[in-house]
Amino acid sequence: MSSRDSILSKIKAIPSEQKTLPEIPDFELIGDLKELFIQSISGNKGEVVDQAQLKDFLEINRFTKIIDLSNSFQDLRTLQLPEDSHDLADIEVAIIQGQFGVAENGAIWLTDENMGLRALPFITEHLVIVLDEKSLVDNMHTAYKKIGDQHSGFGLFIAGPSKTADIEQSLVIGAHGAKSLRVVLANL
Amino acid sequence: MSHPAKASEFLEDSAKSKWHDETLWFVRDKRDTISKTIPEWEQLRELASRIKDNVLANLDNYLIEFEKNAKANNIHVHWAKDAEEHNNIVLSILQQHRCKAIVKSKSILTEECHLNPFLEENGVEVVDTDLGERIVQFLNQPPSHIVLPAIHLKKRDISEIFHEKLQTEKGNEDPTYLTHAARVHLREKFLGAKVAITGVNFGVAETGEFVVCTNEGNADMGVHLADVHIACMGIEKIIPRRKDLGVFLRLLARSATGQPITNYNSHFRSPSPGKEIHIVLVDNGRTEQLGREKFKNSLKCIRCGACMNTCPIYRRSGGYSYGSVVPGPIGSILSPGLDLKKHSSLPFASTLCGSCTDVCPVKINIHEQLYEWRQEITKDQGTNAKSISMKIANGIFAVPFAYKVSGAMMRGALKILPDSITYSGLNTWGKQRDLPETPKETFKDWYKKNRS
Repeated sequence: MSSRDSILSKIKAIPSEQKTLPEIPDFELIGDLKELFIQSISGNKGEVVDQAQLKDFLEINRFTKIIDLSNSFQDLRTLQLPEDSHDLADIEVAIIQGQFGVAENGAIWLTDENMGLRALPFITEHLVIVLDEKSLVDNMHTAYKKIGDQHSGFGLFIAGPSKTADIEQSLVIGAHGAKSLRVVLANL
Repeated sequence: MSHPAKASEFLEDSAKSKWHDETLWFVRDKRDTISKTIPEWEQLRELASRIKDNVLANLDNYLIEFEKNAKANNIHVHWAKDAEEHNNIVLSILQQHRCKAIVKSKSILTEECHLNPFLEENGVEVVDTDLGERIVQFLNQPPSHIVLPAIHLKKRDISEIFHEKLQTEKGNEDPTYLTHAARVHLREKFLGAKVAITGVNFGVAETGEFVVCTNEGNADMGVHLADVHIACMGIEKIIPRRKDLGVFLRLLARSATGQPITNYNSHFRSPSPGKEIHIVLVDNGRTEQLGREKFKNSLKCIRCGACMNTCPIYRRSGGYSYGSVVPGPIGSILSPGLDLKKHSSLPFASTLCGSCTDVCPVKINIHEQLYEWRQEITKDQGTNAKSISMKIANGIFAVPFAYKVSGAMMRGALKILPDSITYSGLNTWGKQRDLPETPKETFKDWYKKNRS
């Protein structure tokens, strides 16, 4: 018997009482979604900025390697998306369009269609996500309702920059992935 | 070595063990604070528990559904009955791709299967990429906590090992400096690896996708740069529906570290063009545990570590005192199922205070299972010293005269008992504890004098 069949038949042989799969009720989040989202992002060590602040950030730092997939800041784009993810190693800033944001925790939903290459939001030194203010939802239940049966090879809830506290519980931003996350809330 | 013996080793450095205790309590406190901001917190725990009940009652069907959907998404699905088969499957995939160096993100399952030493014996370099895991890997140690692998170390320890391995400045203990040195070192490994291994937090039967959660982004840095992604998953990690993720992702990070969600929550459904995803479904004792009516609920665990952070024994004895891959309260009910003889002291490493059960996001009755394991173990081992003293106590409480007399004797004894008896090796509970000062008279005597 294959291991597959032996595992499955062992499970089948265990007598078990039937337990109903519960339905998940609607839970509401009370408060202003935009305000709560901004609070959540800042708690996760990201930052919500406006377009002018973003332009300042890019100009002051004189970044020269910028990929923009958001269609919002085309004049800032300096590079096209390469074919191979390894060629993203020196990217300074990636600007990506987010699908929607979750107020309770700051999570932003992205899929293959937004990322171009799956490595992009991780390998870039700084990450910028552009988000339509009207896309905000209250909590993760509504978020998965919104995702529904959307079919993408890769989906990501991203809520902040790369971080770790593995050395004596001291929080350090920029472990392996992006050293910063800026979210531009646009009123499209 | 038993849990008490190893705990004493940990307690030798009292400053460090005090720090360990306080730091984990701080994490527990953060969990409390954030859980109280969610009015439906208790409802979420109940839902999570009931979803897992349903999974455990239908595990075979969900696994079949998961396999079917994953295959339809071009994911290769493998089945392993035990650790050995799991390790061989991973090695054979590496050999097919002529891969001699891999990067691996956190996976308790691969620790359980001892994958790293197996691959190293077979000529494969394994680089653990979670910062905490990389630190303990440099020191040839296992993780001491499932969420905070290097919590038993101080920054001076890490500074020393980084100076040796990564040539950081001697004596520079700044966490930001050390983390960035690891970033540079691991970046090179990520860019060079052809195969990346990850664990799995949740596998969704309905879609065949699986979810991996990290804060560092190390799992994603590995898999998106590699050609091949191998995900190692215990069969109990299945959940029925995509929307169930809403419940579990709300609970996981809040319970683990007191944050509202991990910064990266990656849903893998099919490989990028030209790449491969393999998933290895592993039993390794899980079906046996499922067959133990009293203990099967331990398989609901989502590995948040909250029971460790709250446990008065874990906090004061350290992860290594358990001598098992998963330490702490949950480890003490999982490990005896794998090897009862080796782990027979673990169910006794508890005060049965029940705090673990109170914080568990999937409502596992951990302290009750600890008690049940004690019954199994004493049945196996016969009478021991503690059970004799409990029998004596039973007799004393049953007879009022015996209680009165023995009370007077104990008050005398507490005063004159030499430390050599109280703190002897026979009484592990005496360690790190002082006997209370005894009152001069009984409550009954005091009452007679003052109230009658």
